[in-house]
Amino acid sequence: MAQDENKGIDRRHALECMIWAGTGVLWTLAGGVPKSALLGSAQAAETGFSFLQISDSHVGFDKPANPNALGTLQEAIGKIVAMPAKPAFMIHTGDITHLSKPKQFDDADQVIGQARLDVHYVPGEHDIIDETQGKAYLDRYGKNAKGAGWYAFDQAGVHFIGLVNVVDLKAGGMGNLGADQLAWLADDLKGKSASTPIVVFAHIPLWTIAPEWGWGTEDSAQALALLARFGSVTVLNGHIHQLMQKVEGNVTFHTARSTAFPQPAPGTAPAPGPMLVPAGDLRGLLGVRSVTFQQGVKDLAVTDISLAP
Amino acid sequence: MIRSFDKRWRRARMGALAIGAALALFFCQMLLAQADDANISIDNFAFAPAVLTVKPGATVTFENHDDIPHLVVAVDGKYRSKALDTNDKFSIAFDKPGEYAYFCGLHPHMKGKIIVAP
Ligand SMILES: [Cu+2]
Repeated sequence: MAQDENKGIDRRHALECMIWAGTGVLWTLAGGVPKSALLGSAQAAETGFSFLQISDSHVGFDKPANPNALGTLQEAIGKIVAMPAKPAFMIHTGDITHLSKPKQFDDADQVIGQARLDVHYVPGEHDIIDETQGKAYLDRYGKNAKGAGWYAFDQAGVHFIGLVNVVDLKAGGMGNLGADQLAWLADDLKGKSASTPIVVFAHIPLWTIAPEWGWGTEDSAQALALLARFGSVTVLNGHIHQLMQKVEGNVTFHTARSTAFPQPAPGTAPAPGPMLVPAGDLRGLLGVRSVTFQQGVKDLAVTDISLAP
Repeated sequence: MIRSFDKRWRRARMGALAIGAALALFFCQMLLAQADDANISIDNFAFAPAVLTVKPGATVTFENHDDIPHLVVAVDGKYRSKALDTNDKFSIAFDKPGEYAYFCGLHPHMKGKIIVAP
């Protein structure tokens, strides 16, 4: 399911969905058809959890599209701190900083730390443009990671996989996972039951949205082939700074908003890049995401919350 | 007295000539450099011109005009710029004739080619 509180379900329902409270209405999208189910609070508490996704904070960005990207990240964290129920953890799907500068990483850590949540990161291309091409990122966030920063972990029966598709990019191509990471993924999934819910997150979308803008991953089909036998796969990406969803078999893809600046929709502008909008419209195009898992429900409930007041 | 003045005058004239020659050489080199060097502008996630022809010895300067950093990488791996933030420049000289393909290391759909021909 994917619901934006501005279109789709109303805000009250979105919040119920998000905080998993009382007899909250859980909206899911099964085979592309939205449906809702009534839940008892006890049941929900026992069998589900929620986590957050933030993306593309671009700390250090100060151009007209948003002269204060650190400020809007602070607002995003403010929304998270104000949530009535504490999420299990947070993922950040990359472009933490704009230019991989130590001060930008420091500022991001300082603000994101205020959420007091475990944060699982994957790098965006903006996070690995220091002199050492990614060492700064790995020193800070890659302690338990393999290769360029990929890893997996489990939460209450759900298997989470953080992938890196922003290194060793090839001329003319899009995002890239590479043979080493695909081999690691095959090994990681080996022996897992097909009923294990899987959440995959990476910076660049793992499905092709706009090849002319590089919005896709060259070898994502090989990763998806490894995931094909699983009954519930949720793919969370950033990079394009706007909401997009797609359902393909058992796999549901979602791209997230940025906390820094919007980008144009494919086909609506000559090029991607920071999109200048009237100042009053900016926060409606930025946001954070809450994702809720409920045992026995195939599709995770995804709620996007904009930074609009 | 007269002789020594004459000597000094000659020395001064020689010096002026030498400075003049050096200046002429300097301006000639500058003119030559201007004739051979070229710029590639990065605007809206594209290199312009996407195909550039220069003479051997030319220096090519990339300048990024986008609000997003770009990074120039040779397809053959011979050079790689640092990340170019808005208005940052990167220069590289091409001595040998040939075709040199490059792309953006951050946005690899951005491609270009430098042709070095006498
Ligand atoms: Cu680029």
